[in-house]
Amino acid sequence: MYTTDLRTKEQKQKDQREAIAQVGEDDIAFQARIDDDQFIEPKDYMPEAYRKTLIRQIAQHAHSEIVGMLPEGNWVTRAPSLRRKLILIAKIQDEAGHGLYLYSAAETLGVSRDDLVQQLHEGKAKYSTIFNYPSLNWADIGAIGWLVDGAAITNQIPLCRTSYGPYARAMVRVCKEESFHQRQGYELMMAMAKGSEAQKQMAQDALNRWWWPSLMMFGPPDEESTHTAQSMAWKIKRFTNDELRQRFIDATIPQAEALGLTVPDPDLKWNEERGHYDYGDIDWDEFWSVVRGDGICARDRIQARVKAYDDGAWVREAAEAYAAKQQQSAEVA
Amino acid sequence: MSNQWDLYEVFIRSKNGTSHKHAGSIHAADANMAIDNARDLYTRRSEGTSIWVVRSKDITASDPGEAAALFEPAESKIYRHPTFYDIPKDVPNI
Ligand SMILES: [Fe+2]
Ligand SMILES: [Fe+2]
Repeated sequence: MYTTDLRTKEQKQKDQREAIAQVGEDDIAFQARIDDDQFIEPKDYMPEAYRKTLIRQIAQHAHSEIVGMLPEGNWVTRAPSLRRKLILIAKIQDEAGHGLYLYSAAETLGVSRDDLVQQLHEGKAKYSTIFNYPSLNWADIGAIGWLVDGAAITNQIPLCRTSYGPYARAMVRVCKEESFHQRQGYELMMAMAKGSEAQKQMAQDALNRWWWPSLMMFGPPDEESTHTAQSMAWKIKRFTNDELRQRFIDATIPQAEALGLTVPDPDLKWNEERGHYDYGDIDWDEFWSVVRGDGICARDRIQARVKAYDDGAWVREAAEAYAAKQQQSAEVA
Repeated sequence: MSNQWDLYEVFIRSKNGTSHKHAGSIHAADANMAIDNARDLYTRRSEGTSIWVVRSKDITASDPGEAAALFEPAESKIYRHPTFYDIPKDVPNI
């Protein structure tokens, strides 16, 4: 997920040791406030490990929103109608907004925006693995809205009640805007699936390629995500990866059926007893190789970000010069 | 990286008759740019009819560590609330 823990095992163990070393009386009072469902606000006491974990999680989430604009931006000039183009631009603009809400939330924890952006550009920061897959045909734009935004919504709704106030408030705003993203994607898939035979094939092909990566967005299975317990205790994570993944699958299968498309999983079937769908094995080797930066588009994504930033330098410089000049003439007057 | 731009807090009036409410924050080179950017970021769906921006560093905030000293005295003054007073049920209009 945008917020999935993508640290290596060694890094996790190191962070864990540091966290354990520092439990004091304040920390006990802090945990009691969280257990009581109180929100933590920027100037309140918080354990260093909580602050660090949140900065990592929120920054990674912000980077995901920003990089997430790229696979879709790729199709703006090729949208098949003015209507679709307007919708796509509006959605992409929302994602930029989500990134900005989240960077602001991270800044309240004492990091600077410039540092966060720099970490992304230097390839030191992680973002969701999903955005390192290419968007190959127009139906991919539908599949992204339907599946990727759908998975993001599943993950983000519980985060509206996360314990850190600024993060929770950002999530409320994000969630209000996401539902349009998913619906426009599904509507696009509907148009393709009910269209010509070739269009239907494109829709099926997009589903085939985006299905598994979308399931991977929820992160590794619970038995491998050892840090879930701490994050759950801090209420910066409210459900486990597997719980959210199951919720997403259960919600999405009937939607695929309504499109007349087939999810590329021969093991998928309704389990009457569990009241959930059973699903096949996920290729976690692929997931970890994408985390490590082997995704097809990994290099392109960062290059595109850096280029956009560098190309905009003259605009920022002009704005700074203008602001300085305005201030000067205000002081003279 | 260039100089980091100032952080502004953004307050939005959703419609006339309501007060401005904190919406979030934004970076900008100056106050006018902060308003323009806040328009794009916080009112994409007609959320506002008026925007205030103020540089974050110009805000003076109370210290959460002193919350008890500041706010607890009010808690014991329950006689400031109408429910503190027992008035017989048959007395009208009070
Ligand atoms: Fe988003
Ligand atoms: Fe979205």
